[in-house]
Amino acid sequence: MKPALFAYVAPQSVEEALELLASDEMARPLAGGQSLIPTMNFRIAAPSALVDLRRIGALNGHAVEGDVIRVGAMTRQRDLERDEAVQRANPLIAEVLGNVAHIVIRNRGTVGGSIAHADAAAELPCMLVATGGTVVARRAGGERTIAAEDFFLFHMTTALEAVELLTEVRIPALPPHTGYAFQEVARRHGDYALAGVCALVTLKDGVCSAVRLAACGVASKPTRLAEAEAALLGAPPEGEALARAAEAARDYATAADDRQASTDYRRDLASALVRRTVTKAADRARERA
Amino acid sequence: MEKTITVTVNGTAYTRTVPLRLLLVDFIRDECGLTGTHIGCTYEGRCGACTVQIEGRAHKSCMKLAVQADGKEITTIEGLGSRDNLHRLQQAFSRYHALQCGFCTSGILMNAVDFLNENINPSEAEVRRALVGNLCRCTGYSHIVEAILAASATRHGLKPVPPPAETEPPP
Repeated sequence: MKPALFAYVAPQSVEEALELLASDEMARPLAGGQSLIPTMNFRIAAPSALVDLRRIGALNGHAVEGDVIRVGAMTRQRDLERDEAVQRANPLIAEVLGNVAHIVIRNRGTVGGSIAHADAAAELPCMLVATGGTVVARRAGGERTIAAEDFFLFHMTTALEAVELLTEVRIPALPPHTGYAFQEVARRHGDYALAGVCALVTLKDGVCSAVRLAACGVASKPTRLAEAEAALLGAPPEGEALARAAEAARDYATAADDRQASTDYRRDLASALVRRTVTKAADRARERA
Repeated sequence: MEKTITVTVNGTAYTRTVPLRLLLVDFIRDECGLTGTHIGCTYEGRCGACTVQIEGRAHKSCMKLAVQADGKEITTIEGLGSRDNLHRLQQAFSRYHALQCGFCTSGILMNAVDFLNENINPSEAEVRRALVGNLCRCTGYSHIVEAILAASATRHGLKPVPPPAETEPPP
């Protein structure tokens, strides 16, 4: 199919874009379009107007500043994936991006677009929750930062208000003595994950001094696996503690049965992926030490 | 609901007044008359037959509006090589029998050229991963992968995998 009729504007500044979005509640911002355009082709979405962000220079570019990686909303996923300074600051980002669709899509898809789209099975939102990142939301005359865990509310639903535009994503650098891992299970490489888990494990004297775990694809939003984290804290990342963490992860898989997988299967995946990613992250933490 | 845009395709500037909802793939096929760019799925980005290069990077032209390409430079399969002067990768596809019906071929070539520009010496696994967004329903991919690896090897002066042996045609 082809998209329904819509108006189209490509403003030069964030202020102009905000004005356009505020004047029409059915208008939608267009970033890379790798979700929005096919959705419109299917007529699942029929916005009255598209506010194309491609001409707004202020939304482009990314930089490592101290222990934060600042990413302009319109940064192409492939550009972030291949940036060496970003890889040094937090190698988890490239590992996660390697699982986002495929290269041709990442050439065009943007970091801000994927995060604002907030698909519950998408990898970037999961990474942002795991790392404790934030997003910057601009509105006419002001802006606010929103923590990832407060930003994602439900499948394709975020805390962004209609008059706000996501302008920047802030991802913390990998903390010292910390290993990372992201793994997912999908029917084919490049598909949305049936389940995916992102792990950050900080080791001190052989035990976990900090653990952050988040999962995608298992619930209505990217989910922090707090009980699994608690099972590992203060213990070595193996043996009984790891078994308890893997068991705790099961209960976070709440997505209803669908054509791809049953809830029970997703519970098993969440558990297995916690086991695998924690082990991998712990190995990497030891390598870095 | 129309806009006048100028898009440069294979070095030629096309200025056209087009509906806002016109997809880039339809602009290339219907406005520029370049039908080597194909449509294999229902504009959902699955098949990869519409892959072109925009400013040198591979993109799926069904997932972009023509108005988004205003002012951009695009290369399609028609701009990659000619009958008398095939691109290195096209030569490899011919030599390794990397196509049968040919419907998916232009999209795969436009993707693989960008992929080889970015990946100096890819492994077979990397090549297979790079092809995830391109569906081929004839070849089973084996010869496509061999052709891409051979084109990469040729560029680096390495000895490519030999092409399949010629077999006697059936009587």
